[in-house]
Parts: sequence; C-alpha cells; structure tokens
Amino acid sequence: MSAASTPSPPVPVVALDDVVAVIGRFPALAGASLSVERSEIVLLRGANGAGKTTLLRLCAGLLPVERGVGRVLGFDLATQRTLVRPHVGLLGHQNGLYLDLTVRDNVSFWGDTVGATAAEIDAAMGRMGVADRLADVPTRTLSAGQRRRTSLACLIARRSQVWLLDEPHAGLDADARDELDATLRQAAAAGATILVASHELERAGTLATRTVDVVAGQVRATTPDVANPSTNSEREP
Amino acid sequence: MSAWRLARLIARKDLRVEVRSRVITNQVLPFAGVTMVIFAFALDADSVLQRVAPGLVWLATMFSLLVLVQRSFAIETDDGALDAMRVAGVDSRAIFFGKALGLAAELIVLEVVLLFAAVILYGQTIEVGSIVLLVTTLIAATCGLAAVGTLYGGLAAGFRGRETLLPLLTLPAVAPVLIGATRAVEAALGTAGAVVSDGWPWVGMLIVFAVAFGVGGSLAFGPLVDE
Repeated sequence: MSAASTPSPPVPVVALDDVVAVIGRFPALAGASLSVERSEIVLLRGANGAGKTTLLRLCAGLLPVERGVGRVLGFDLATQRTLVRPHVGLLGHQNGLYLDLTVRDNVSFWGDTVGATAAEIDAAMGRMGVADRLADVPTRTLSAGQRRRTSLACLIARRSQVWLLDEPHAGLDADARDELDATLRQAAAAGATILVASHELERAGTLATRTVDVVAGQVRATTPDVANPSTNSEREP
Repeated sequence: MSAWRLARLIARKDLRVEVRSRVITNQVLPFAGVTMVIFAFALDADSVLQRVAPGLVWLATMFSLLVLVQRSFAIETDDGALDAMRVAGVDSRAIFFGKALGLAAELIVLEVVLLFAAVILYGQTIEVGSIVLLVTTLIAATCGLAAVGTLYGGLAAGFRGRETLLPLLTLPAVAPVLIGATRAVEAALGTAGAVVSDGWPWVGMLIVFAVAFGVGGSLAFGPLVDE
C-alpha cells in the first residue's frame, strides 16, 4: 500500500527548510530547518515551549506549514500532510491503546488498519517482547513499560517508517527505560528513523546518534552526540 | 485499505471491547431494565401503561443511548486511541461509520430486550402481521440514533464537561426519532387504536433522518474531531 503511493527515493527522510508553523496566532516554529537521514535517532533538546512537540506534530502531518518547505518521506507537508500520516507514528504521553483489549488485540487492530499480515503482527509483538506471556493479557493490567512496548509494537505493525516520540521515558522505571532504549536502537538498526523530544538529556543523549537544540521555534544547533561517540562514528563518517 | 473495510474493522474492535468489558450486560441492560420498572411504578395503571408503552420503550432507549455513547468514546479517549487514529491517517468517515455501526449493533440488542420487557411488564402483544413494520422501525430508528450519538459523542469527547454536554446536544437532536419511532411502534402494536398502515409514513421519516445524519455526520465528523 505504502510503496505505491510513496514518491521517489526519500532522502533525507525529514527535510525542513525555514519552516514556519502557527498554533492559533503564535508561531510555534519560526523558521526551523532540519535534515534527518534514515536510521538516525535524533534527540530534540530544548526548554518547555521551545517547539519540540510542535516539530514532531508537524512531521506527523498534524500541522500545516505556513511558510518554508517541509518534506517527510518525500511528501510535501504543505500539500500532502494527510498522505504522510499513515507512514509515521507519533507517540506522546498516551499510548493510544484500548485498555480492555489484550496486547494481541491492540497490535492486530493497528496492524489491520494498514493490512498487515498475521506474520507481521506476530513479528512486531516478538520484537517488542510482548508476544508470549503478555500476548493475551488485557493492556489495562500491564505496567507502564509494558504498555509502552505494546504501543511501539503497534507502530511497527502499522509499518511506521518514522517514529516521533515525545518524552518516551516519562513514567517508566529504570528497567523499562533500558528496555525502551534497546527497543529504539533495534528499530533504528532495522531502518526506522526516530525523533525523540526529551528533557531527560542524560538518558536520551546516550540513545541518540545526534542531538538537536530547539530554541524559540528554531533549530539553533545540531551536533553529534558527545555522550555516545562510538555510535556517532559508526553512523556519521 | 478502503473506508468501508476500516469501518468494519473499527466496529468489530468496538464489539470486541464490549465482549471483554461487558458494559452492556453489566451496566446498560440493568439500567434500562430498572428504568422500565420505574416507569411501571410511576404509571401504575394497566390501561395507561399499555397506551404509553411504545414511548416508554424509546425513552428508555434514549437514556441508555447516552450511556452507550459515553462508553463508546471513553474507550477511545482513555489512552488517546482516537488521537492515535487521527495521527495514523485513518479516514474520519471510516471512524464515524465504524463507531456508528458498533453502536447500532449494541442498540439493536438493547431495543429487543426492552421490547420484550414491555411485553412482560406492560402486557403488550406483538402480532405476526406487524413484525415487518416493527423490525423496519427498529432498524431505521437505530441507524438514526447511532448516527446522532456518534456525531455528538465525537464532538463532546474533546470537551471537559462532556458528561453534561452530550445529553444537552443529543436529546434535542433525537427528538424526531423519539416521536417517529414511538408512533410507528404504536401502529405496530396497535396501541390507542392505531393500525399498521399508520406506521409506514413515520418509518419514512426515520429513514430520511438516518440518511441525513449519516451523510451529514460522516462529512462533519472529521473536522469536529480535528478541532
């Protein structure tokens, strides 16, 4: 489904050039420029209200581009923002799960919305470690970390190519955070492009391959992640 | 995936949630049953009860509709699933028709139970010759109620005072269904001297209502949910 409607090779995956996005009458993004390649994990760093969440929502096709040029997976965010939505996954403070349904029910539902096969759904659950013991457990009874993993399994089953994560570590204990980080690294290695907005710089910094500073609606600095030089050298020659 | 297939997927998911949570069997049906019994206490005269039974059935349905709609959208907003569907680019018409389809299935079960309750509690009789009118009325009224409930349920879902807002929006809008369905069921049951042929014009009105809210709702639902 996605292959037929995806325009020619999307390189880079996210390409924003002097983008302005307005919420109400407030310019939440005021000329932001950013380029993200496939399989990168980019940390968006900045104070509250700097525009991190807006940047994620713009990339998810939820906000119109008022000025500038924005492309995600080759889709123009000014004219094709509804087309980009099926290809990206936005995970905010909530998980988007049906709490009365089991883990399998949830992953199957989200996978079915894009016509995923049973094998793809099983594989998504397996990758997130929710395939065996947890598969038939109602999500209401899961821990916060398990719900997060279930939600990420839904993103995989939906064949999301770009993962937009807003404070993904919030509410998780140390073990669950470690699990989440491992999951994200695994997803990036498998080809997903990941943007993470976080205030937990130490945690997210070790995860990211690149760190981007968002200040007053603009991307002010983009630097390789100094906390994780080995990963940087692998990904950014 | 086509909007229709997505709608069926969403309806199936809603019914699966219902099967797992058993809100209809544990909450809505007892609520509707108690409402019918309370009506019987309030109008404790057989002749009055028999005359107003069709109206009481639909009143109980309307009140139960509010519970069902609240529940239908609570499962979408509890953990941000409605937002997730929007972010995932799921066609808003598919969401509307899927939610309405699930709601309609639940309403049909409820209405059948309420009709049986009316037969038992209020001494109503259902003649074989009126079954076609009765079934057509149930289907047409249910479609209208489901469309209105889904439209206003989606609208109210985003507001803090949704518990109060939903009845304020929904009850006036479904008044035509209450009137039409009551008259049609009166004709089907032969209440107050009505005959079966009296019911069909009301069924026509119910169908027009259902189509208008079905089409209008599917067009308006996307912008309403987006806001």
